[in-house]
Amino acid sequence: MITEIIFAVGFIILAPFIGALIGGMDRKVTARMQGRVGPPVLQPLYDVFKLFEKEKAVVRNEVNFYIFSYLIFVAFTGALFFSGSDILLVIFALTLAHVFLILGAYATTSPYSHIGAERELLQLMAVEPMLILAAAGFYMATGSFAVKDIALWPEPLFMTIPLLFVGIVYVLTIQLRKSPFDLATTHHAHQELVKGLTTEFAGPTLGMVEIAHLYETVFFLGLVWLFFASMPWLGLLVVIVVYFLEILVDNTTTRVRWQVMLRSAWLVALVAGAINLGVLALL
Amino acid sequence: MYSVELLVFLILFPVLAALLFCILPNGRLRDAIVVLVSAVIIVATLYLFVLFAGGGTVYFDIESGMISQIMTGLEVIISAGLLYLAAKYRQYLIAGLVVVQLGVVLYAELLIHETAALNNLFIDPFSIIMAMIIGIIGSLICVYSVGYMRDYHAHHDEMPDKRRWFYALLFVFLASMFGVVFSNNLFWLFFFWEVTTLCSFLLIGYNWGDEQTRKNAFWALLLNLVGGLGFACTFAWIGLTDPSGGLVMMDTLLAAGPAVAMIPAALIGFAGLTKAAQMPFSSWLVGAMIAPTPVSALLHSSTMVKAGVYVIIRFAPIYNVTMVGYLISLVGGVTFLLASGIAISQSNAKKVLAYSTIANLGLVVACAGIGSYAAVWAAILLIVFHAIAKSLLFLSVGTVEHKIGSRDIEDMTGLLGRMPKVAVMMMIGIAGMFLAPFGMLISKWAALVAFLDAQYGFILVLLLAFGSAVTVFFWTKWLGKLIEVAWKPEPLEVKISNHEYSALVPLTVLMVAVCIGFPLLSSYLVVPYVFGIYGMTATLGQANTIIMVMMVFMVLVMPLTLLHFRKDRKILPHYVGGRPATPDMHFKGSLGVQRPVALGNYYLTNYFGEQRLSHIGNGVCIAFIALMLAGILLGVIA
Repeated sequence: MITEIIFAVGFIILAPFIGALIGGMDRKVTARMQGRVGPPVLQPLYDVFKLFEKEKAVVRNEVNFYIFSYLIFVAFTGALFFSGSDILLVIFALTLAHVFLILGAYATTSPYSHIGAERELLQLMAVEPMLILAAAGFYMATGSFAVKDIALWPEPLFMTIPLLFVGIVYVLTIQLRKSPFDLATTHHAHQELVKGLTTEFAGPTLGMVEIAHLYETVFFLGLVWLFFASMPWLGLLVVIVVYFLEILVDNTTTRVRWQVMLRSAWLVALVAGAINLGVLALL
Repeated sequence: MYSVELLVFLILFPVLAALLFCILPNGRLRDAIVVLVSAVIIVATLYLFVLFAGGGTVYFDIESGMISQIMTGLEVIISAGLLYLAAKYRQYLIAGLVVVQLGVVLYAELLIHETAALNNLFIDPFSIIMAMIIGIIGSLICVYSVGYMRDYHAHHDEMPDKRRWFYALLFVFLASMFGVVFSNNLFWLFFFWEVTTLCSFLLIGYNWGDEQTRKNAFWALLLNLVGGLGFACTFAWIGLTDPSGGLVMMDTLLAAGPAVAMIPAALIGFAGLTKAAQMPFSSWLVGAMIAPTPVSALLHSSTMVKAGVYVIIRFAPIYNVTMVGYLISLVGGVTFLLASGIAISQSNAKKVLAYSTIANLGLVVACAGIGSYAAVWAAILLIVFHAIAKSLLFLSVGTVEHKIGSRDIEDMTGLLGRMPKVAVMMMIGIAGMFLAPFGMLISKWAALVAFLDAQYGFILVLLLAFGSAVTVFFWTKWLGKLIEVAWKPEPLEVKISNHEYSALVPLTVLMVAVCIGFPLLSSYLVVPYVFGIYGMTATLGQANTIIMVMMVFMVLVMPLTLLHFRKDRKILPHYVGGRPATPDMHFKGSLGVQRPVALGNYYLTNYFGEQRLSHIGNGVCIAFIALMLAGILLGVIA
């Protein structure tokens, strides 16, 4: 019990900094790919600090409630995950967090946010099956939903559920808001006219969204790592390679239409899930 | 034990009240008595809980001779009435079904020599759960309908006012539902089953003068009669295999195991699928939307469709690890996925609710078809959560419809500003349908675990994974519509009747209470039932329960942050493409005209259109059911 709490608290405190470092390196690598020097590695942290110094401007007061709930539940999701809880509950908590984000965008009653909210919903719908199927795969491979048991499994789970791993990497692009699936909102200025989902968020409100994103990044990379948990260093290497691939894809593709995203994500989930779970069930 | 009187009271008292309502004229006195009768039923149900909870299964030995004859007599009278209506409106298919069904039942009664049938009534934890759903939620809906129907007739003054008839039917409906869940004698169960079909037919056809209403009512009747015929065939089978009639008792039949009971279990499962509005039979429940809202609420939450899943869950131990059970599960799973999909494409709130009911019942059926202890545990919890959330949703939609004059979700934009109380209740209902940490999610968790442990369960896992993603989509966009509040909304909540509030508020409280108190619900009622049958039971586990309860509290406490966020913030207008805009959602359009901003949701009709998906669903499910029936036929021949 004590170790679980330490892990949970550790995640809540450290994850934003780790996330910011990852984000900073992401920006560096991206800049190099584009032939620029790029900002300092700690730039994401500076950005967040600066946002909190800005004027508290909103379009509706209630918006902050939804966004704050989003932040809290994202942190809760990651804390559950890193303290080794039930992975299904982790996924459900993540869904709840995203619903709060979407509601925040709806609550602004602004046209650009509204479109962003609808697209974020589409992204959520595109990703959810793959996450649940991955959880199902973990369970079929180890007999447990507890992240703790899954992490302590003696062999790399990648060996038993490789297709689910591929599926998770595929939807990772959507979750990290990377091109070509950055439909709801994006870091790239050239991808859209206005900032989509986050159009109406400014100052501290936007700051909360940014922190939540840092938490999410760490959580998702943790999920990738879980496939190799029995060999932690190999896992770390895989996480680095996967993230590098995400950056590469991010910089070499342009945004697709939502139809392509939804269809392809569902197709990947269906094929990966049906084959991998089917094989596990029949063996 | 005087307790058998309580069961009989719950069945007979609403009927007597119904007779009274046939006589009483419209007015305050009648309205007061409706409330009083509902209150008595609620108290009696609570007393039932106190008396029997923790008491295991109790059988009651009742002399069946007279009662059975009365029931047969009533069945003949009902059939004659239906035949008259069918002939009058040229519904020959219905007439044929009525005749065949009555013939089969009478034939079976001839075959089965009247033995000293014992234990006609019974009660066990599952019956108690069902009785509480019927008694509490059903009665609250009756109370609500007092206020609603007054408004309804004020809005539709061209319609003949048949409210006497309406209340009488509501209470007969409740009585027959009590009958369904207390009967151990399958003949009795079947009698009550047919009464629910009849009541739903008459209630759907409340506005009988309207042609579409009549059409939908007959359609509901037709599909349910098809199911009833399946049920009736069970008796023929029992009569042919065991003329002594012992198998007419549900407990004997269930105890006989799959080797004996497979065929009746499949036939009754088939009947359950029709009543629970699974594909391909789902269209009757969608058509039933034409009835006044309390009827929809009743059909969807506490009666009718719940009778369908009730019998399927009763026979779940027989389905466990069999082909028939697996096929039933697949019908449920496919229905869950596709009905949820159709809900995305609907903007009519009642239709969204209808499809979501069909979908959730699909999940229940999928669990029951698997029939393992974990699956049954999940299925029963699903029923409870669904009953509360869905009644709350229907009733709040009904109230909103009368105030804003529309049941379209697009017209509910910013409802949170215009009708804050009702909107919050609606939001709690919606959250209860799909969000962690609220009820449904616990059941989904349990269903997933159950599917994973079942043989070939991974196909159901696939259906559930995609289905639940789809569910998130259509509920969230509805929630979003409610909170898109205009700048200075005009309050609309002035004239909501006390009757409507006195149903909405308890249901909201109940919803939250069940979310917090589900571990108690599970350990006092669901676990004893499941353990009694399987000798094993599923639970959420202590750690997970703590997490869930923690999340409930977080969600409940979070709105307090609004107190903080309301302070000293600068309100700016929206960004509308750089045009000058005002906070009340207007912007300066071309030629300097002020234009309002209009926001619409996505309905993705090309992908999730009603026609497209129901064609697919009906086709697939017909194939599964045909396979199942073919299997039975082979079994009969072999």
